[in-house]
Amino acid sequence: MILSWEDNVMIQVQNLKKIFVTKHVETSVLKGISLSIPEGQFVAIMGKSGAGKSTLMYQMGLLDHPTAGTIEIDGIHTDTLSQNARTKLRLNSLGYIFQDYALVPELTALENVMVPLLMQGLSKEDARRDALAALVKIGLGHRHGNLPSQLSGGEQQRVSIARAVAHKPKIVFADEPTANLDNAASKVVIEIFRDLHAQGQTIVMVTHEPEYTTYCDRIIHLDDGLVVSDEIRKH
Amino acid sequence: MKSFLIDCRVGFFLGLRQLYRSSIWTTVLIMFIMTLTFLNLVVISGILVGLIEGGNIANRKQYTGDVIITKRAGEPSIERTPELLATLENMPAVERYSARYLKGGSIEANYKTRKDFNALPDTVGAQIAGINIAKEDALSGISDYVVEGRFLDPDSTGEVVIGANMLRRFSSAFGDGFDSLDGVYPGDTVKITVEDRTKEFRVVGIVKSKVGEVSFRTYMNMNDYRTLANSTDLNASEIAIVHNGIISDEVLKNMLVSEFGAGAKIQTATEAIPQFLNDIRTAFSLLGNVIGGIGIIVASVTMFIVIFINAITRRKYIGILKGIGVSGRAIQGAYILQSLFFALSGAIIGTIIIYGLLVPAFAANPLDFPFSDGILVATASGTTTRAVLLLCITLIAGYIPARMIVRKNTLDSILGR
Ligand SMILES: Nc1ncnc2c1ncn2[C@@H]1O[C@H](COP(=O)(O)OP(=O)(O)OP(=O)(O)O)[C@@H](O)[C@H]1O
Ligand SMILES: [Mg+2]
Repeated sequence: MILSWEDNVMIQVQNLKKIFVTKHVETSVLKGISLSIPEGQFVAIMGKSGAGKSTLMYQMGLLDHPTAGTIEIDGIHTDTLSQNARTKLRLNSLGYIFQDYALVPELTALENVMVPLLMQGLSKEDARRDALAALVKIGLGHRHGNLPSQLSGGEQQRVSIARAVAHKPKIVFADEPTANLDNAASKVVIEIFRDLHAQGQTIVMVTHEPEYTTYCDRIIHLDDGLVVSDEIRKH
Repeated sequence: MKSFLIDCRVGFFLGLRQLYRSSIWTTVLIMFIMTLTFLNLVVISGILVGLIEGGNIANRKQYTGDVIITKRAGEPSIERTPELLATLENMPAVERYSARYLKGGSIEANYKTRKDFNALPDTVGAQIAGINIAKEDALSGISDYVVEGRFLDPDSTGEVVIGANMLRRFSSAFGDGFDSLDGVYPGDTVKITVEDRTKEFRVVGIVKSKVGEVSFRTYMNMNDYRTLANSTDLNASEIAIVHNGIISDEVLKNMLVSEFGAGAKIQTATEAIPQFLNDIRTAFSLLGNVIGGIGIIVASVTMFIVIFINAITRRKYIGILKGIGVSGRAIQGAYILQSLFFALSGAIIGTIIIYGLLVPAFAANPLDFPFSDGILVATASGTTTRAVLLLCITLIAGYIPARMIVRKNTLDSILGR
């Protein structure tokens, strides 16, 4: 896929800077990043440890406020949004997959997936149905009643993916989703991403493993807070 | 409005699961603490008030009735007593009444077995009460308080029932401040002197009650009293009245005051409560409120700590929930639901214990207090007020820590920094 002017831009980042200020030091982590991610693109962000990959994800995912620069999500300028509006936007337009799964321990797999759906105002029955469908899709329909503690790491990560996509977000962010998984479990997760991508889902994923970028449309390399290479792939 | 409802629903969804998937022992422990707190709130002040209330109830039942008429200060007796009694007889609201005639006198005992005539005779000052036996027993149930022997027969003559406080074996608790008689059992004879007239009476029973007026008097038939006191005065010293419960004490009092108020002192049972009891009551209810207040503070601190620890250990998940778009209000709702559950279960279990266990237990075994049989006073309104108070306080105490944690930066919470 090649980025062309008629593609709908999903994320527009301009001159993004993030400086952490503590008592003694100022750490400049993002030093002016600009990128544009069109709808449906599967983007991999790579770079060595400390390059600023997670920090960039948090800014784009509206979990943090940048020091300078702007972020547009599906045409919405996010820098002027209120706290509540940002929460609403995260709820309705974004999905997150964390490295450590981040499932709520006292909710079952199904209930974890239901939470964002309920929050969107779906009835309990509808939320249940959609959540179950999402779990079936990632192959965990039969484990829907298990608590996170009763699931393997790979299974937990798949539930986490189901939770991130059940409400059909515009963008899915995944920060090293396979870092805690063995090879086989990682492959399952990557296959799920491939399927989502095939259905047109916009995905931004951070990874260290080049082999997991096989299905990506684009690979962005960061180093020391700057984009050092931005490579579009044709399949 | 819609978003508020959604927040409530999600809060309920999360809170409920946190409750029933958390450790059962923690839940039981917190419920137990809230139950104790509620009991502390209701029972301590209830017992303190009940000590006095038990005295007041006994006073009303055994002595004053609902309204009591006594002589005016400086007068020898209640003026126009016959008219007054006739009026009472004809008032439909009056259920029962009893007129008592009182005179100071003395009782001498053990004179038959007295060997040394140089020693002082075994004599004690006493208040002699002439009563209509049937009417007095109907009014106060005095025969129920006979601890030895029997009460006077309606047409007995030459017989007396003596208040236990006249006898040493009952009154030693009062110390040596009171004179009292040795021995004196039913069947013994005593000499009773009023003014300068002495007569011999046979003791048929001993009456004992924590109401001083009952236990300090010596009772005899009206005719015996008239003979002994050489009195033809029909004016009584005291009239106790019980109404039918349809009118209030106040109304009955006012009806009588308009007609007879000039010649007698007319008081409701409440007004006739001795001042010292009222003073103790005020002090006790203050004490009860202080203890209850401390209980409330302990309850709120407990709830604060419980929710704070719960929220702080779950800070990461609170951050994640916020991260995936759950509103802070919904998360706070989950904690409010939990504190509500704990407070409510404490109040409900506490209420069951109070009314199912403690109130009947105290009624069956009153606290033995020198001037009353202490019961547990737990009025429905008082208990409800305290339950609502506990609920409100724990809600606030649960809400504050939840809000503190929810307001923390989302990313910091997720990353645990
Ligand atoms: N709160 C903070 N205060 C100060 N410095 C920070 C803070 N958060 C991150 N940094 C610094 O920013 C830099 C980038 O961090 P970031 O987590 O984005 O790296 P990363 O590319 O995701 O690395 P990794 O591959 O190890 O996850 C690091 O050097 C880190 O020390
Ligand atoms: Mg990282």
